[in-house]
This record gives sequence, structure tokens and C-alpha cells, in this order.
Amino acid sequence: MLRFIARRLALALITLLLLSAIVFAISNVLPQDVGRSILGPFAPQESVDALNHKLGTDRPRLEQYIDLLKGIVTFDFGDSYQSGQPVGDLIKTTLQNSAKLAILALLITVPLGIFAGTMAALRRDTVIDRVIVMLGLAGSSLPEFVTSTFLVVILGLQLDLLPTLANWPPGANIFTQIHYLLMPALALVLVYFGYIARMARAGMIVAMESDYTRTAMMKGLSRGRVIRRHVLRNALLPTIAVVATSTGYLFGGLLAVELIFNINGLGRLLVTAAKAKDLPVLQAGVLVIGIIYMFATLIADILISWLNPRIRLGSEN
Amino acid sequence: MTGPVLPTIEPPPPGAVPVATTSAKKIARRETIRLLLHRPEFLIGVGVTLFWVICAIGGERLAPHDPYAGNPLFSHAPPGADGWSFVLGTDRLGRDVLSRIIVGSQDVLVAAPAAAVIGVALGTLLGLVMGYYRGLVDDVLSRFVEAFLALPVTLVALLTLVVLGSSTKTVILVVGLLFAPIVARTVRAAVLAERELDYVQAARLRGENGPVIMSREILPNITGPIVVELTVRIGYAIFTISTLSFLGVGIQPPSPDWGLQISEEYSMIINGYWWTVFFPSLAIASLVIAANLMADALQAVLQR
Repeated sequence: MLRFIARRLALALITLLLLSAIVFAISNVLPQDVGRSILGPFAPQESVDALNHKLGTDRPRLEQYIDLLKGIVTFDFGDSYQSGQPVGDLIKTTLQNSAKLAILALLITVPLGIFAGTMAALRRDTVIDRVIVMLGLAGSSLPEFVTSTFLVVILGLQLDLLPTLANWPPGANIFTQIHYLLMPALALVLVYFGYIARMARAGMIVAMESDYTRTAMMKGLSRGRVIRRHVLRNALLPTIAVVATSTGYLFGGLLAVELIFNINGLGRLLVTAAKAKDLPVLQAGVLVIGIIYMFATLIADILISWLNPRIRLGSEN
Repeated sequence: MTGPVLPTIEPPPPGAVPVATTSAKKIARRETIRLLLHRPEFLIGVGVTLFWVICAIGGERLAPHDPYAGNPLFSHAPPGADGWSFVLGTDRLGRDVLSRIIVGSQDVLVAAPAAAVIGVALGTLLGLVMGYYRGLVDDVLSRFVEAFLALPVTLVALLTLVVLGSSTKTVILVVGLLFAPIVARTVRAAVLAERELDYVQAARLRGENGPVIMSREILPNITGPIVVELTVRIGYAIFTISTLSFLGVGIQPPSPDWGLQISEEYSMIINGYWWTVFFPSLAIASLVIAANLMADALQAVLQR
């Protein structure tokens, strides 16, 4: 087990290096004069040079890349071009808000998705099964901003059930915050419910048709007991992987949802940075989201191999 | 609907006679089309897509109003305003929403398939090389692919478009490039399954070189998964490109692109102007679902 974890960690480290290289390379495709683009075309050359020196954008590319790598460890990514605040602080504050939304969405989606997928598998080829599969497919194929606008128009404006913007009054307690976050979380539930339900359904069907389930049934165990003790723990392995991947995407794929519901999260920070061409914020934000996603996948891999020794032993040999 | 009665052909045993004769190929293709036409979800998908294609081709000739001309007298007029002159209402500048939706189909219907084609072409090339040569080449490229897949496509596209500047052309190129690693992974898996088969071994023993084996022997045998991947990618391209337009880094104004319309109006939704975002959202949803329905049907038929 330890050897497996060590191997996965080493691979993750390589991926992290490549990831940062890719992000850095994209941000530096064009030879750009950062000082000039901040100060505008009429600023005197001396002030442009001075600003470039202050920002460190006049140094060799390799040196700047090493700074970015150091930043991953120390969480110091320099200052925002736009506001002058440290990028690390900006990311930390906004990430907390994004995390609130992502956790609320996960707390609803995961049980709901697993329950719906299991129901669909147990009632295979019935109306319930079809409805769950179709709902999941429709939800996961639509862009988040489309599902969000549907929710805002129907639940917020026409039925007036939930607040349309997620701006709770300052000092609001956790329940009020959840009330305000419910609609954006629902938008995410609609998107991710389908993936989880589909995996849970597929896993259940494979496990139900396996030999060990048949043996357990023939031993005379009750159907409920067979499903709880034998089917579920095997069936949910692929679902864990999907939950991990969606956790990663929940932290990064929130751009549109945060924008529509006006949440001061990492996603909205990135869009604002994109509009202002604030590269340090953009570069660090994309990198942080990539790292979160990587860790989510890593944890899923370890969890799955712990639950299923066949995978762990297979990769060691 | 019953198609012409065709002789049922036995699928060739795996690895046997890979290059089918022309007539057998034609029969197989006709059989695929017949099976597709029997699937209601495929017909719905084709119907909806055709509707939007007609809108895109008709463009301003079909639109009841000028999609670009505002009218301050009719700013945010609700659906049915002015004696049903504005069936779906108007936006903040008094532009007709229906006309903008009709003309707004043009950009995405060109950009999404173009991006998908670029992604699949590059991804196929990459996947062939990775799957065929394996070894060090595969290891190195696989690491890169994995690193790319750790980032949501929308996010990398956002970063790239900020650096390069947005235009419809760059959007197509960037989304296409970012799809390539995803396609490569699928193609690589298909190549790995093929490369051990007898016909590839035979070609190798004949002394054919790598590029020839990849393009003449393996490629024709993995067209099924590639075609499926292409249709799936078109759906994702519509998804990604409309999201990028919504975020303001995709298709640029004054285009009446659907994502862009929503991006221009969503902040005013709390004032009750739901029609300016609801109808473009419906348009995007219908097109994305139509593309997915066609992809699903194609997948079911080609991988039967």
C-alpha cells in the first residue's frame, strides 16, 4: 500500500511540474510588454521600464518560471496588476467562498446521485430508470450558465422561491448563507447529478449480475442484505472516482455560476482578471484549480486501491 | 418506417481481411444509415439541428427585424409587445430577441464543428503515434495529456484567449487544440487494441514503415470510434464556445451569438427581464441536446 501511494505521489509531482510549465507557457506565448499594457500607449518609456522592473517582468523567462514554482510552495504569486493586492491573499479569500458553494453542492449531489443511480439499476428498464437517465443526460450536457439562467427565471423570478443573487447580509449565520447559496448549488447539482447517477447505475448493474451476488442470493440471504453487504461496496468503486473528478471540476468549473449569482469566489475572480488582462491572478488561479483537481484524483486513486486490493497489487507487478 | 430489405452480413471475425471490398463497404454503410433512421432520438436530433441550420443560412432574410438595430422606444419590451411585432420581446437596446436568436445561430454553427474537426484531426494523429510506437514516446506524451486533462477546458481556453486576444478564429483554434489531448486518449486506446492483431503484424513483416501502417492499415479500422468522438466533440464544442462567449472571451460583439446575448443581459435579470436570457438559453439547450442525441445514436449503432 505504501509503495503504491509513493508511486502515485511521484507521478503527481511530475504532472504538477508539467501543469505549471503548460500554464506558464500559455501565459507567455506572446512577447508582451506588461508595463506598457498597464500604463497605456502614451506613458513615457522610463515609467514603463520602471514598472516592468518593479513587477519583475523584465527578467529572463526561466527566472520568472522558477518564481512561479516557488509560489506553489510558499503561496506567494506576486501582486495583482489590477488591484496591487497579493495574488495569494486574493485566491485564499475567494477560494473559501467557492469552497462553501462546492461543498454544499457535493453534499446534495453525491447522496442524491448514488440514490437515484441505485434506484435506476434496481428498477432497470422501467419508467423510473428512463426518467433518471434522461434527466441526468440532459442536465450534464447543458452549460452551467444555461441551467443557472433557467433556475433564476423559473425558481427566482416566476415562482419567487429562492433569492436570485447569493449576496447574503453581512454577518448572516450559516443557515441564512445556505438559503442564499441553495440556488447556485442547485445549478451545480443539475450538472453533476447525471455523472454520479450514471456511474452508480452502471456499477450496480455489473455487481448485480456478478457471480458473487448470485452465490449470496442462493445462500438464501435476503435481497436487501445482499445489496447492502455485497453489491453496494463493489458497485460504488467507479462512483468514487467520478465524485473525485467532479470535486476538482466543482472548484474550477464555477466561473459561470459564480458570475450569474454574484458570488465572490475564485471563478468570478478569474473572469474579472481575464477582462483586465491581470495575468498573475489568472495564471496562479488556473494553477491552483489544476492542483486541487490533481489532489482530488490522487485521493480517489488511493481510496479505490484501498477498497479494492486487485488494483493495488496489479499495478505493483 | 421500413427500409429496403438488405442481406444481413456477417461481421468479419476480428483480425481477418481488414480491407473490405468496395461493395461490402457500401452495404455496411447503408446498413448503418438504415439503423440510424430507425432511432427516434437520432431523427429528433437531426430535426432540431436542421432547424437551426436553416435559421443560420436564412439569417437576416428570415428575421422579422434588424438584429443589430436598436430602438430606444422599445427597450426591454416584453414578449408580444407592440401587437406581437416583438414575439419574444426586446433587449436593453430595443433589439428584437427573436431576430437575434435566428441570426445568432450562425457563429456557433460554424465555430463548433470547425473546432471539433481540428481537435479530432490533431487528436487522431497524436493518438496514433502514442498507441503505435508506445514506449518512451507514449510515456512522455501521456504525461502531457494527463497534465492537460487536469485543467478544465474552459479555464485553459480563458487563459489562452486572454493572452492571444479573442476573435472567432482564435476561439475555433484554441478550443480545437484543447480538445486534441482528450481525443488522443480515446484514439490511443483504440490503436492499442488494433496493433496486436494479425493484419498489423503482417504489414510489419511485409516491411511497411510506421506511418504507412498507421495511416493505411490501422486508421481505416478505427473510423468507428473516431466518428463517434467527432460527434461527441461537436456537442462539447457548442458547450465550450457558448460558455466562452458568455464569459466575454469568445465570439465578440456586435454578433448576436446566443452566449453573448446572455452575457450582455444576465445582470439585469433581477429587474424581471427574463425573456432576454431565457430564450437564448433555450436555443443553446436545444442545440446541445440535439448534438448529444445524434452522438448517442451514432455510438449505439457503430459500436453495436
